Amino acid sequence: MNPAEHLASFGRISYDTAHLIGAVILMMSFGLLYQRRLTAVIRTYSLQAMVLALAAAWQALVQDAPHLYASALIALLFKGIAVPFALNWLVRRLGIHRTVETALGIGPTMIAGVGLVALSIVLVLPVTASSTAMTRENLAIAMSVVLLGLLMMITRRNAVTQVVGFMSLENGLILAAVGAKGMPLVVEISIAFSVLVAMALFGIFFFRIRERFDSLDIAYLETFRGERR
Amino acid sequence: MIGSLSTLLPLGVQNPLFWILGMPLFGSLFLACLPNWHHAVWVNVLISAATLAAAASLLVVRPAETLLFFIDDFNIYLVGLTAFVGFTTSLFSSAYIGRESRDRRLLPQHLRFYHSMYQAFLFTMLLALTANNIGVLWVAVEAATLTTVLMVSLYRTREAIEAAWKYFILCSVGIGLALFGTILVYLAAQPVMGDGVPAMAWTQMIKRAGAFQPELMSLAFVFLLVGYGTKVGLAPLHAWLPDAHAEGPTPISAVLSGLLLNVALYALLRFKMLIAANSHALQPGPLMIAMGCSSIFLASFMLYRRGDIKRLFAYSSIEHMGIITFAFGMGGTLANFAGLLHMTMHSLVKSAIFFAVGMITQAAGTKRIADIRGLTTSHPFLGWSFVIAVLAIAGLPPMGIFMSEFLVISSTFARNAWLAVPVMIGLLITFGALIWRLQGMAFGRPGQLVADSERRHQSTFVRAIGMIPLVAHLVLALVAGVYLPDALVAWFQAVGKLLG
Repeated sequence: MNPAEHLASFGRISYDTAHLIGAVILMMSFGLLYQRRLTAVIRTYSLQAMVLALAAAWQALVQDAPHLYASALIALLFKGIAVPFALNWLVRRLGIHRTVETALGIGPTMIAGVGLVALSIVLVLPVTASSTAMTRENLAIAMSVVLLGLLMMITRRNAVTQVVGFMSLENGLILAAVGAKGMPLVVEISIAFSVLVAMALFGIFFFRIRERFDSLDIAYLETFRGERR
Repeated sequence: MIGSLSTLLPLGVQNPLFWILGMPLFGSLFLACLPNWHHAVWVNVLISAATLAAAASLLVVRPAETLLFFIDDFNIYLVGLTAFVGFTTSLFSSAYIGRESRDRRLLPQHLRFYHSMYQAFLFTMLLALTANNIGVLWVAVEAATLTTVLMVSLYRTREAIEAAWKYFILCSVGIGLALFGTILVYLAAQPVMGDGVPAMAWTQMIKRAGAFQPELMSLAFVFLLVGYGTKVGLAPLHAWLPDAHAEGPTPISAVLSGLLLNVALYALLRFKMLIAANSHALQPGPLMIAMGCSSIFLASFMLYRRGDIKRLFAYSSIEHMGIITFAFGMGGTLANFAGLLHMTMHSLVKSAIFFAVGMITQAAGTKRIADIRGLTTSHPFLGWSFVIAVLAIAGLPPMGIFMSEFLVISSTFARNAWLAVPVMIGLLITFGALIWRLQGMAFGRPGQLVADSERRHQSTFVRAIGMIPLVAHLVLALVAGVYLPDALVAWFQAVGKLLG
């Protein structure tokens, strides 16, 4: 696509709205990295899922693909409402520590996050030179959300925040999937992920997993790995 | 909608896929409703046998390809292998489960769940292997992860839960990245193939893969390699593998190593074929060679420090998946042939080893290598079978693994001699580690624990049932090492060509 055509897609309502919604989802990803309290993390995640539902619904309208409304509905009802509700209940029920325990400070994490966004833009924009502007920008944003979710999983100690990181990564994947024009099986993929998320929540509750399993106690690690003699 | 679905799904009774996929799926539901685990054990064996029979019928009737399912020369053999190892493992599991239940390590409600999940796991693997749609392939691999996570946590010990959680988180991220790669492949294909289902059907895509956007395909392959590579257990993405193998029930370790890793590699190879058909995209070979070499090296050194017998062989699986990935990375008919042969041999021998390990840990009451001694004296038949199996996996002639490793190295030498050097060094280091560990376990005076457990005999019949799969796998590996039928060689060569 030549630059003139690319410029022409700015200002078109379908493109601008999708771009705006994508940017809000990306902002929420940064919000997740920034929050220091668990309840705030869960609330931010819930908001992100709701905006994702909006993105899916918008794509359904623009692409004239009614099956995407199902994806939007799953995002809204399951991820936006049911999962945050379950997470809050879990935090109360298991008495999980309310402040977020970080492996890397908030500041450095944010800087790393900005770096990851830059990386995805640098990676995606050149390789999609012949795609439509909508696909390009959407893909760059989706990849940023995926990488930020990964970053969150790495830098947070608590099992709940780790799962939230995974779910936000998954939001990025769904964003990429709904943005890919005419992609089949998006609804099935949303459902498959929902099962995965439900399993994770169930696992936390059932096995009372509070911490991510990287105890600093080396002695414990050695017994676990069966290396202690 | 329903009308179009019925043309896509294998719903005819004369279609082998209907039985191959239907048996384990409905078997899983049936087993979930069956309250008595004594019956469930045998129903499990029966369903697996029926699945194997259905898979064998593929040799006679090849189903027509649809947009969702297809059978070609490549996956037909993996379907057969999966059904076969699934069946033998269900036999082994019948002996193993009886013992575990008598020792009160597993409760009846766990067993009901276990058997249901076993069939569900077979279903997801067979679905992944027969899927024509790359989205269905992804969903199947994801479901296979879920079912195995549930089975790894079966013992409910702290270690088992930790292993299952680690497996769950790491592989979820892995398949998440694989999905991103899949979306990118669709985006690369969409301008050429148009919107919708055909742009995700592998058989349609491969015909026109040369015209896909090469840059997007390259980016996609990196994500797919990292994503599915996590499930293959390639270093440095292997962290979940030893824990999951060590803490789950041993029949599950056998199918994880023998089958699931193959399925993940199969998914990766399908994408490798797509990208290799595009001359402008990046070469997948060097990336796979690098991952393969790193796995071989990491695993071979890690083998020396293992104190847990199941963990030891889990690292050996990482090494062998490394060799197979390396062989497919080299490409060319001969190297692909070697890779396919090694995949088969590794499945047979590694699951045989886990069968033996299961019986050994039950007899010795421990998984610690230091506490297992003198097996050939205390349990002569089991002990010597174990010795043969470990020698086979270490790559001694005349077993099949020797032949496939020899082919990998000689074909590499012919193309680029320097690349063969690290593989050979890795193989030698592994060999040393395995023989060293084997000596302590197999020979010498029997340990206290081993002698004690002799008093708790299992009935001869059940023990024999547990022994049959072990012997059958070893005999097959031996036969393959000595003599491969010409028809099989010709077929492997044809698949090797297909893989490019």
